[in-house]
Amino acid sequence: MTGVGARGPAVEVERLDKVYGSGNTEVRALRDVNLAVSGGEVIALLGPSGAGKSTLLKAIGLIEAPTAGRIAIGGVAVAGDDRFLVNVRSFRREHIGFVFQKANLIPFLTAVENVQVALEINDEPARAARRRSMELLDYLGVSDRAGHYPSMLSGGQQQRVAVARSLANRPDLILADEPTAALDSVRGRQVMELFRKVSHEQGASVIVVTHDHRALDVFDRIFEMEDGRLRPHEPSP
Amino acid sequence: MNLAYRDIRHHFGRFVLTAVGIGLLLMVVMGMSGIYRGMVEDAVLLVERAGADLWIVQKDTHGPFAEVSRIPASLGDRLRVVPGVRSADNFVSFTVQRELEDGRQLRAVVQGLDWPADRGEWLPLTAGHAFSRAHYQMVADRSLGLTVGQQVRLGKDFYEVVGIARNMVSSGGDGMAFLTLRDAQAVQGDMVGESIRIERQARLARAERIDISRTQPVLTERALGPSGAIPAIGPPAVSAVMVRVEAECDVERVRGIVSSWPDVSVYTDEEQKGFLLEGNVDRARRQIGLFRILLVFVSGIIMALIIYTLTLDKVHDIALLKLLGARNRVVFGLIVQQAMLLGAIGYGVANLIGQWVFPRFPRRVLVSGSDLVMLAVAVAGISLFASLLGIWKAMKVEPNEVLA
Ligand SMILES: Nc1ncnc2c1ncn2[C@@H]1O[C@H](COP(=O)(O)OP(=O)(O)OP(=O)(O)O)[C@@H](O)[C@H]1O
Ligand SMILES: [Mg+2]
Repeated sequence: MTGVGARGPAVEVERLDKVYGSGNTEVRALRDVNLAVSGGEVIALLGPSGAGKSTLLKAIGLIEAPTAGRIAIGGVAVAGDDRFLVNVRSFRREHIGFVFQKANLIPFLTAVENVQVALEINDEPARAARRRSMELLDYLGVSDRAGHYPSMLSGGQQQRVAVARSLANRPDLILADEPTAALDSVRGRQVMELFRKVSHEQGASVIVVTHDHRALDVFDRIFEMEDGRLRPHEPSP
Repeated sequence: MNLAYRDIRHHFGRFVLTAVGIGLLLMVVMGMSGIYRGMVEDAVLLVERAGADLWIVQKDTHGPFAEVSRIPASLGDRLRVVPGVRSADNFVSFTVQRELEDGRQLRAVVQGLDWPADRGEWLPLTAGHAFSRAHYQMVADRSLGLTVGQQVRLGKDFYEVVGIARNMVSSGGDGMAFLTLRDAQAVQGDMVGESIRIERQARLARAERIDISRTQPVLTERALGPSGAIPAIGPPAVSAVMVRVEAECDVERVRGIVSSWPDVSVYTDEEQKGFLLEGNVDRARRQIGLFRILLVFVSGIIMALIIYTLTLDKVHDIALLKLLGARNRVVFGLIVQQAMLLGAIGYGVANLIGQWVFPRFPRRVLVSGSDLVMLAVAVAGISLFASLLGIWKAMKVEPNEVLA
């Protein structure tokens, strides 16, 4: 594990519960979820719609606090007792990289600036940030579109820029929510393999929500969610 | 990386349009206060320029500008012997609306200057010169559209425009035409031959009704001649007398002496300005003043809304920035910088367009330095306030919204 410090599992989730709403509209999105991911490990999350996959990523990504249970990242307790225990924004920009189902690029920034902004938010000097952003785009095969605005990029190209952005700050933890939904199977596989490569090179932990069963061989471990519960995936014959 | 600049670059057309729109709005605000200032300034300009220490007018009137005042022309002679009086110039003022040779309407306030004591050297001239002769010369305000050398017919005579003055207009906005006092009186008292004949016949009839004419038959003969030959009929009246006091002498002392005279009222320069502001232009001034305040409020609200809407447009991007872990100052910078820039450009546009448009207004639009500073402060304040609204909104944005 790099960065955050103490030894042990990079991500440790214990007895996580998440309840949305109350009374009639109460939804239990997470029920007693336990998960430990070590550095350099690449994990897949499968499961039907509404199973709670995104909810779990949001909890680990310090976006929405769980109702009960605790989360530790790199040995630091980040969530417990229905709230976050650290400065979420500085923690996010320093340690976590996100890829969402939609690329979610900033429309008024070009491809390269979209990557660069993540670096500059984390106090990287502009010149160095620019260089690294170009390298990342190159790495993802979209450097020829560096000066284009997101609206001028195809869905797949946008998604690759988003992946580049998630890698920019060399995060200890990458959370990707259906990152390949907009990509063809070849590109989708490439992105998965890229995560794997980054994970192994940098020792980052990666958690990917996916519906694409064809690329499952890339992952170290595969979990399945259903109705808020997490269990290891048993491949169907 | 400056996000505000990048956003503007991407939406350049929209930004420019918005800035120009705000600029036009601010220009209207600027123009409104300019019209207000111009009106106040114009109203008191003649009094200011004339530089009299005291104005002597008909008893109990507030003339000669706020109302009609008539005093005998000989009053000047009485004033000149009061100790401390340096000069006492007769002053005549009345409005004419005549047709020029070329068919244009000439509406002007005629001011008579007491030649030779007053040659109109104090007038702010843009062309030509002040009076060089006792008769048949005119100095006209620029707004009358006359040119140096032009002959203007008033009454029986032609007057040559010898000088063009700047910003000499009445409180109603009509341009002023300066003549020598005698000429002005001639224009004012001008009567065609027929009305003179009728008047003389009337005099004869009046004379025949009283017994004196029977004992003094020569009176009836005089009645048929010029007015000047009849002692009972005084020379034409003037509107006021402008008194200047010796430098070493106290104005209040002279005023004390003259105000004890039972037939006239005395006002200082400042009082005369007060009559103009409280009288002639009072309602117009208050009307425009109130409208100006209203306009400032309305445009403030519009501006704030525009800036706030710009922030609303970016709520998704702000949520995303927060999700990426951006500090608040990054988000605030984006909002505040854009708001300030919009305000600044709008202000600049207002200034530029105003400089071009305002001189083309029929009346003076006087944008003073202090007004400009005040407007700048107001614009900065509004921009900041609108940014705060935007920031308040941005603070409430949940990173979660990106994922919705
Ligand atoms: N903000 C919310 N308020 C109320 N209920 C919510 C909210 N977010 C999610 N839920 C509910 O929580 C449950 C889990 O939602 P979640 O988004 O985690 O599902 P998911 O597994 O990601 O599904 P999908 O594959 O469709 O993305 C769903 O029943 C959903 O309706
Ligand atoms: Mg989901």
